[in-house]
Amino acid sequence: MDSYFSILFSEVYKIIFLLVPVLVSVAMIVWLDRRVWAFVQKRRGPNVVGPFGLFQSLADALKYIFKEIIIPASSNKLVFVLAPVVTMTLALISWAVIPFGEDFVLADINVGILYLFAVSSLGVYGIIMGGWASNSKYPFLGAIRSAAQMVSYEVSIGVIIINVLLCVGSLNLSDIVMAQQNLWFVIPLFPMFVIFFISALAETNRPPFDLPEAEAELVAGYQTEYSGMMYAMFWLGEYANILLMCAMGSVLFLGGWLSPIDVFPFNAVPGPFWLIFKILFLFILFALVKATVPRYRYDQLMKLGWKIFLPFSLFYVVLTSSFLLYFDLLPGK
Amino acid sequence: MKISRLLKTIFMIDFVTGLLIAIKETFKTKKTINYPFEKGSLGTRSRGEHALRRYPNGEERCIACKLCEAVCPAQAITIESKERDDGSRKTVRYDIDMLKCIYCGLCEESCPVDAIVQGPNFEFATETREELYYTKEKLLENGDRWENILAANIKADNSHR
Repeated sequence: MDSYFSILFSEVYKIIFLLVPVLVSVAMIVWLDRRVWAFVQKRRGPNVVGPFGLFQSLADALKYIFKEIIIPASSNKLVFVLAPVVTMTLALISWAVIPFGEDFVLADINVGILYLFAVSSLGVYGIIMGGWASNSKYPFLGAIRSAAQMVSYEVSIGVIIINVLLCVGSLNLSDIVMAQQNLWFVIPLFPMFVIFFISALAETNRPPFDLPEAEAELVAGYQTEYSGMMYAMFWLGEYANILLMCAMGSVLFLGGWLSPIDVFPFNAVPGPFWLIFKILFLFILFALVKATVPRYRYDQLMKLGWKIFLPFSLFYVVLTSSFLLYFDLLPGK
Repeated sequence: MKISRLLKTIFMIDFVTGLLIAIKETFKTKKTINYPFEKGSLGTRSRGEHALRRYPNGEERCIACKLCEAVCPAQAITIESKERDDGSRKTVRYDIDMLKCIYCGLCEESCPVDAIVQGPNFEFATETREELYYTKEKLLENGDRWENILAANIKADNSHR
């Protein structure tokens, strides 16, 4: 019994040690997003609360806590309340397998990438539940759109991951990072990296693929009926998902915690910092894309996903595997 | 589809160009002002918070003619008047409901003695509704506080009246 509790407490301690920084960085990333967006448009962005406006998100969160939660009378109340909880939980549990350093990972499971993929696929349920339980037309339309969109791009992300796995020969995320010691996968698999980035934009409902919450057409999409802390939880879950997609991109293509070149001033920096730099780099790209690109039309979005990305990434799978087979570079030999 | 167009699509030339422009714009000077710390300039006819002015000797300008009350399209002004001991007609009550007011400036235009004016202050948000039911005391206090700017604005605008 004693050992049971000691294991439990050590695990809880580890989880808190992981989740608190993730939640704080989500708040910071919202600030960064708004700030980058403003800078591209030559505005100033939030700069009043705290140094450079860094605490803006905390102020917003406080505001949301004190706001009233309105539950529509005709909604399915249980599902309505559950939806933001599901979104946020799913966005946070994926962080368990992201390796921050050589032995710096909460759950070093040997099917890490599969777990990540499964959990991010489940993410769509939060949105569908929210849209359906609201019992209102705009959330419902938003939910339908987002379901179709996320399922489509999930497929191409899956095929892209196969490319990486062919080069690694393991589903463990730490192994994937270690396989990039000599060459980051972004170089041989550059087209896949680009497609992964675009699919990640679609997967997290970011502009130019933010059709589920296209404010000109659908008010706020599936979030329309939400208010107060429940809205904030959707919002946190969304940004945690974006951050997760950036982390996934860094682990799969940008060499995770590895330094760009293995010489002194670079390899002295601890691994987690490199991972954070890479996540930030990808996130700033996300934010810049949001500020520059207009929204896709729905049929264009579907065409891009099914008719261009899917065939192309399948073709690339064949290319990668034949290349590896021909030059006898298959891993595990 | 032409080949050049196809290549442009595949290599996302337009997207990358746009992204580079966005990055370049990021480092340019900002076009917006840092509002609570920096403020934009206001014209002499800007219509902000109301004020009741006094003559230099301290006498109230308002003669209780009630033209402003009559002209007010939102019926935000309420005036009650009384004859004072020296025989002059003065207001005993001059209320403006700032929540009803539409800031059209008709009261200022109708005033024959430049008593009620709209000053340059537009930052008078309050925490309760009651604080925005302005009384005569509040309006006179405003007039005393902003008199320098109000007088200068009226003087600058004089040739256009």
